Amino acid sequence: MAQAVAHAPAHGTNTGIENRKLLMWLFLGSECLFFGSLIATYMVFKFDVIARGVGPFPHDVMINGVLHHGILDIPTTSASTFVLLMSSLTMVFAVYGAQHARPTLMKLSLLATIVLGLVFLGFQVYEFVTFVHEGLTLSTNLFGATFFLLTGFHGTHVGVGVLYLISMLAASMRRNGLGADAGAHVEIAGLYWHFVDIVWIVIFPLLYLMP
Amino acid sequence: MDDTRWARARAQTQRFLPVMALAVVAVLAAACETNLPQSTTVIEGSHNATLWVPYRMVFILAAIVFVAVMALTVIFSITYRERPGRTARQFHGNTRLEIVWTLIPIIIVTLISVPTVNAIVAEAQPIAANALRVDAIGHQWWFEFVYLDEKVTTANELHIPEGREVAFNLKSVDVIHSFWVPQLAGKTDMVPGHVNDIKFTALRARPEPYLGQCAEFCGTSHANMRFRVFVHTEADFAAWLKSAAANGANPASALEKQGQEIFMRSACIGCHTVQGSAAAGKVGPDLTHVGSRTTIGSGILVNTPETLEKWIANSADVKPGSKMPPMAKSDGGALSKEEITAVAAYLSGLK
Amino acid sequence: MATAAGTLAHHAESGVWSWLTTVDHKRIGVLYGITAFSFFIWGGVQALLIRTQLAVPNGEVIPATLYNQLFTMHALTMIFLAVMPLGASFSNFLTPLMIGARDVAFPRLNALSFWVFAGGAVILTSSFFFEAPGAGWFNYVPLAGRTYSPGQGIDFYVIGLTVLGLSSLMAALNFAVTIMNMRAPGMTMMRLPVFIWMVLIISFLLILALPPLTVALIELLFDRNYGTNFFNPAEGGDPILWQHLFWIFGHPEVYVLILPAMGIVSEVLPVFSRKPLFGYSAIVFAGMAIAFLGWAVWSHHMFTTGMGAVPRTIFAANTMLIAVPTGVKIFNWLGTMYGGSLRFNTAMSFSVAFIALFTIGGISGVMHASPPVDTQQQDTYFIIAHLHYVLVGGAVTGIFSGIFYWFPKMTGRLLDERLGMTQFWLWFIGVNMTFFPMHYLGLVGMPRRIYTYDNDLGWGFWNMFETVGAFVIAASVLLFVINFFRTMQQEPTASDNPWDAPTLEWATSSPPPEHDFDVIPVVRARDPLWYNRDHNIQAEQPTGEHIHLPPPSYYPLLLAVGVSVLAVGPISHIAFTALGAVIAVYGIWGWALEPTE
Ligand code: HEM
Ligand SMILES: [Cu+2]
Ligand SMILES: [Cu+2]
Repeated sequence: MAQAVAHAPAHGTNTGIENRKLLMWLFLGSECLFFGSLIATYMVFKFDVIARGVGPFPHDVMINGVLHHGILDIPTTSASTFVLLMSSLTMVFAVYGAQHARPTLMKLSLLATIVLGLVFLGFQVYEFVTFVHEGLTLSTNLFGATFFLLTGFHGTHVGVGVLYLISMLAASMRRNGLGADAGAHVEIAGLYWHFVDIVWIVIFPLLYLMP
Repeated sequence: MDDTRWARARAQTQRFLPVMALAVVAVLAAACETNLPQSTTVIEGSHNATLWVPYRMVFILAAIVFVAVMALTVIFSITYRERPGRTARQFHGNTRLEIVWTLIPIIIVTLISVPTVNAIVAEAQPIAANALRVDAIGHQWWFEFVYLDEKVTTANELHIPEGREVAFNLKSVDVIHSFWVPQLAGKTDMVPGHVNDIKFTALRARPEPYLGQCAEFCGTSHANMRFRVFVHTEADFAAWLKSAAANGANPASALEKQGQEIFMRSACIGCHTVQGSAAAGKVGPDLTHVGSRTTIGSGILVNTPETLEKWIANSADVKPGSKMPPMAKSDGGALSKEEITAVAAYLSGLK
Repeated sequence: MATAAGTLAHHAESGVWSWLTTVDHKRIGVLYGITAFSFFIWGGVQALLIRTQLAVPNGEVIPATLYNQLFTMHALTMIFLAVMPLGASFSNFLTPLMIGARDVAFPRLNALSFWVFAGGAVILTSSFFFEAPGAGWFNYVPLAGRTYSPGQGIDFYVIGLTVLGLSSLMAALNFAVTIMNMRAPGMTMMRLPVFIWMVLIISFLLILALPPLTVALIELLFDRNYGTNFFNPAEGGDPILWQHLFWIFGHPEVYVLILPAMGIVSEVLPVFSRKPLFGYSAIVFAGMAIAFLGWAVWSHHMFTTGMGAVPRTIFAANTMLIAVPTGVKIFNWLGTMYGGSLRFNTAMSFSVAFIALFTIGGISGVMHASPPVDTQQQDTYFIIAHLHYVLVGGAVTGIFSGIFYWFPKMTGRLLDERLGMTQFWLWFIGVNMTFFPMHYLGLVGMPRRIYTYDNDLGWGFWNMFETVGAFVIAASVLLFVINFFRTMQQEPTASDNPWDAPTLEWATSSPPPEHDFDVIPVVRARDPLWYNRDHNIQAEQPTGEHIHLPPPSYYPLLLAVGVSVLAVGPISHIAFTALGAVIAVYGIWGWALEPTE
């Protein structure tokens, strides 16, 4: 059977996975290595930071009998982590809505996801500002450098995700909504969103919980 | 290819054959260089002796594989050339052959692995009790050597005894360099923030020095970052150490005396040390016995009063990028030509 | 428009605008090819300057700083702007044709990859007008840090490579999806042409290898410009971290460079041996093994950095293991020649030369896989010999073979064989003259990256010899350029399948129509056209269906301009970033809303 279009439609692919979805999966594979390298950098320097004795430090440490309080605010960040987790849940509803022809559910869930994402970003801005006030910057020590780079790039990904979802929401407001492909569109966006959440689920214990 | 073209080609080759033979002979004659002071296949140090075992092995195996694959390529190219009546045999592969030629490289690399691991283990032995311990420190673009127990500091010319292990701590104050004396030992990098080590025993004393060279690209004058290693008998080495530990010599002439005064009131002492004097700078090479070195500028110039003058006047002229600022008035420094001559005389006298 | 195939939404036009807006994989392939070949010549000019300086001891043609910039830019130009995109040129032109598709999965993304590549190339090359990077292509810190490289050169390196990496990533994603998803009916994975297998493997290598490089570049950018100390030992940073991140990318990258040539040779050898490829599955699995093992060997570039005995042993063992699949490939190519009827035209000659030259590079690779041996070879001309045998003797020789082989398909014209064979012999002689003595020079202690050397080291003769060889190579490339222009002036008279080759791209016209195939072919065997020939199977008849092709679009170009302008912000003025972002957002917007029907 000859395919009638150059960019094959979903059902015509050899793997059975739609092209754009496969693209997203592969892209996320690449992203794993991206965050993996950033996390590796953090781990490499984690203990050196304490050894060099230049604070602020992430967690409480005793250096020469003096207790240095950790700068990380674990309760607050736990809250923001919870917010991000909830956004994954609302994203699931959005995908469900898109795939089962329930546009209102989809739009509301998208909106909720966007709002939760923005709240998470708000937490992060607050955290960054506080840290800078407490004397932790990119150049203070390697904890500052690795922390801001890793969480900063994660935050950027959340930000890009929010823009992605906003444009999707805007497009769904058009007369014919997201068209016949709505399910696929939202599902692919969902893949990205869940991935960004999962990265945070890795970062949070590594950075915040592990002393 | 048709026969007439073949014949023509053959005739042409025959005409050029004598010329080609002559050219080959000329090339070989010119290429038979016997003096190769940085050859890696000469074994003058224990490190080279250790690595020579896998080294020789890889060469032998490489030669065999090379000859075999080249021969097969050439033979197949000739034997199976397209010609009238020849048809290609159609087959897709052969499992037994695949197994055989998977095994061949496995055998080859196993043969290389065994001496390789042996050599790695041998290199990891602890330092000998009587070893001479030296800090070798890389700077852009020169080497500093500090004899740890003897408290002697020198630059670009390393003196060691024959038959005794020398254990180096390799360090760098700026960028990555690499410490390499091909005839004595393989290279190890000098990485800022790390202390690497290498140790080897020079097998014999000899009058001419072994040549070393920085082997990791380190900026503008990387090519000019060379050093020399002098291997002495124990007695000669003891004598050298004694003189090297002494303070800088006193000026022997009026000119040298004048040079010393100029040296001591100029920018020189901000960077250089002369033991027993006010000069205690740490940025540049220790000059306490600079007059006794055979070369200056990390091995790029023979050490004479004239080359010293040239160097002092504007070192970047002979060594691009040199971190030592020009001293000649004409190049923005503070010293006149005469003053430079005097300083050079003083330095030459620091035997 | 009506064709034999039925109706066709037709866009083929000529003129500059049609090239700027094309989303046709064949045209994008041509764009890659011409751009990359121009950079190949530019990189060659840099090489000739380098060789001229080294021709005699204490040469005084080129001063130290410029020399250091030249060898840095030579490597960057050749690797990222010539050999990689030449590979991309082949994969663009051929992938849809060889798998029986009408285009890649994402035609506009494909155009975007090319234009972003062009942007990165312009950024990197324009550094010559300001300050070219001069810390070597692997750009070791701290030398590449702000303290020891205060000028802008390294910033050009960082930005240029980041942008080029983005381009490669997009292309890799696109080709992986295309090959996994868009094969013609019957084109199973184990019937894929070897070249396509190699493209797939390269795509995966790039998808996974680029991020560590990107992270390293970002960290360096921050170190240089925003006060972090990732690589600054004085503040607790570690220069070795850069080396790990760079070579985790760098070693897979060398396979990205060589695998296209291995694929090309695996297509050319059977055609001109008049018999099927020997050991198809062995070659495919060896390719996968190489790509897989390639992840566990990066530290063989760091044997002299003071690694412990255990990691040295492990990385040495892994590196030696790679010789096994590599050897398997070489033997299978020889097996393909065995018993054949070899027609030594230019394409075939280059492919056979590839076997010989690549083998030499492979052998030297195994030699310095032994860490104790490597302490004598690392950073000497022996390594330069190794990498040029694999990259010039291997990759570029294979690429020339591919050019001669597919030229009729790409242009409808056959390159002149007399000029071609002359070029081949000059190439073969020149490459060996230039690079073989480098083994020797390395063994007698000549370090790499030195702009000068003393007379009494005994290196003078062979350096002069190599310089002569370099000009022989230049003559060979010049002949090719002449051949190209002469051939392009002739009428396109090549038949659909002038070589009687077995793969699908030869089933359509030369050059192919914009829609590639009037009818998507059905694949019944690994060498489909030979199978059809031997079983008297006629090509499928057109069904008269409507063929839809994506319309041209200028948004990829616009978006690429936006990305490039955005990227130069950190080395010029932040306003550029803002401007670039505006252009990029507009580009994405237009892209998303543009009808593709
Ligand atoms: C049998 C296969 C191979 C082995 C065992 C091998 C091994 C090695 C080793 C151990 C090094 C590091 C040497 C040193 O710096 O001291 C090296 C360097 C290098 N190899 Fe290979 N190699 C192989 C094939 C290839 C291929 C296929 C390519 C590319 C097409 C390649 C490109 C390079 C390059 C570019 C460098 C030098 C990078 C630099 O220092 O600038 N190698 N190889
Ligand atoms: Cu150096
Ligand atoms: Cu490698």
